[in-house]
Amino acid sequence: MAIAATIPSRARRRPASTHRPPLTIYFFALVVIGLMLAPVAYIILGGFRNNSEITVDPSGLPGTWHWSNYVDVLTSRSFWAQVGNSGIAAIATTAFVVVLGLMAAYALSRYSFRGRGAVYALFTAGLMFPLTVAITPLYILVRTLGLTNSLAGVIVPQIAFALPMTIIILVPFLSAIPNELQEAAAIDGLGRLGFFWRMVIRLSLPGVITVGILAFIASWNAYMLPLFILNNEAAYTLPLGTQAFASQYAVDTAKVLAFTSLSMIPALIFFSLFERRIVGGLTGAVKG
Amino acid sequence: MAFLREHPQATEAEPANHDQTGVSATAPAPAGPGRRGPSLWPARGELAILIGPALIVFVAFVILPVALAAYYGFFSWSGYGAATDFIGLRNYVTILTDPDFHEALSHNAFIVIMSLVIQGPIALGVALLLNRKLRFQSVIRVLIFVPYVISEVVVGLGWSLMLQSNGALNGLLYKVGLGALATDWLSDPAIAIWTLLAIVTWKYVGFAVILFLAGLQGIPDEVTEAATIDGAGYWQIQRHIVLPLMGPTIRIWAFLSIIGSLQLFDLVWIIWGQYVASTAGTSTMATYMVANGRDAGSYGYGSAVAVVIFLISLIVALFYQRFVLRRDTAGALTGGKN
Repeated sequence: MAIAATIPSRARRRPASTHRPPLTIYFFALVVIGLMLAPVAYIILGGFRNNSEITVDPSGLPGTWHWSNYVDVLTSRSFWAQVGNSGIAAIATTAFVVVLGLMAAYALSRYSFRGRGAVYALFTAGLMFPLTVAITPLYILVRTLGLTNSLAGVIVPQIAFALPMTIIILVPFLSAIPNELQEAAAIDGLGRLGFFWRMVIRLSLPGVITVGILAFIASWNAYMLPLFILNNEAAYTLPLGTQAFASQYAVDTAKVLAFTSLSMIPALIFFSLFERRIVGGLTGAVKG
Repeated sequence: MAFLREHPQATEAEPANHDQTGVSATAPAPAGPGRRGPSLWPARGELAILIGPALIVFVAFVILPVALAAYYGFFSWSGYGAATDFIGLRNYVTILTDPDFHEALSHNAFIVIMSLVIQGPIALGVALLLNRKLRFQSVIRVLIFVPYVISEVVVGLGWSLMLQSNGALNGLLYKVGLGALATDWLSDPAIAIWTLLAIVTWKYVGFAVILFLAGLQGIPDEVTEAATIDGAGYWQIQRHIVLPLMGPTIRIWAFLSIIGSLQLFDLVWIIWGQYVASTAGTSTMATYMVANGRDAGSYGYGSAVAVVIFLISLIVALFYQRFVLRRDTAGALTGGKN
């Protein structure tokens, strides 16, 4: 119990965790991770093989490491064009979702006005209107606005469909800010909007980061909406480009695997940087 | 998922409302008794600035299209010009009598139920095991979440290459002497739907794990400590204390899982495509909608299918809310990720 003696407060909070978790748990975790990562490993490693190796032994490891597939993809112009398109769409979607969502959530959580409940209910009902249901007329609408084959035609609907989740996650964060803080700010001469800019954004940062990441990843991975809106290869985002590449080079499995693994890297990096924040943000939301 | 629960802020706003008429905000607040909550600035303009943009975008690109779907659903319409060929409920009659749609619906139902039955216990088990101080804890979490984070296109392409009859899975089976198990995973109608289920499970179980982990962290240590002091064993604590406290989180997850399964589109479309999905027995309502709507140039029909999907989802959601989530609306542990 030497540990308990040196950090008593911690030991008091979690007596169970002073026991070492048994090795079986690590073993179990290893098995789960193995199952989750095997297909990903297949994609990444397959990109280092060549087609004859893949044909002869589809489940083998790279005998010699061929970098040419990755080099080919990384030097192709269409890959970078698609990365750029996906990046623009994801960043613009995230920025607007966070700003619009934070503003609306602030109004919904800290102003009392008639119809507030109705507006809140309208946004939450948005969860019942998934993209799948709206996509056919949405395509017509975007076409009427002349936004097909432009990233704006993807970005604006994505913002709209991300707003319900964003507002639902942010409202509890903003409601949890103590009124005393706002009163103190008011005494110091800060109006409600000033309070918003100076305090609220900082205090709700965990929630903001969570919704930002969710919006970014959803946009980066989006398939159905771009499939409907973007028919011109120059406007393709990465998922569409990856699929087009796969059907264009159907016989060149190794290169398809290289392209596929490169296309998933940005979302993975982005997520692993902020993983802790996501769980933290969700914890707040789950507690309501 | 707040429409499933009481509005969290309603209670705190009430007292503020009637107390505050006439209290000017700029007046430094000498808090009288009963004066709680934020004061009411003359706030209409602020409100319009704050809510307006979000509301406009949301109504224009979410609510309006769904309303348009309901309208177009009554027309035979190729998507160009105005919809004039009003055919009443004929689209709906066609949908509801089309064996292809019935089949797609049954595939959705299968995925809905099997996802709950398979993903729920797996995710709960993994979350319980990981909800302790482990070395590499955050690494483990990130890795489990990887399939959820990568795109459907990557997942679909990767799996379809692996599962081809001359793909990596069959290759591996031959290698370890289980060649008898090698089969046509993707196009055999007896197997393909199970393949789809396996891929769906693999892709989305990480989300359930993360959600459950977040829920588990919301359970105060004191509760389990008290049980430990009272002599409860690990499994007793999990079964009788943790699991009931996880109820709201599990029910919210189940709701999201059901709605997601009813809308399933991307993976099927990427792996099987329009034509193979129906012969391999993996079509879903959404792939039916795109194949028979947009791709067939029948926007009226596609809209009607969308309405049917929406109504089915809505009915399921209302039933779920009525019979499963009912108790959550009263409890203090109410809440939801959404």
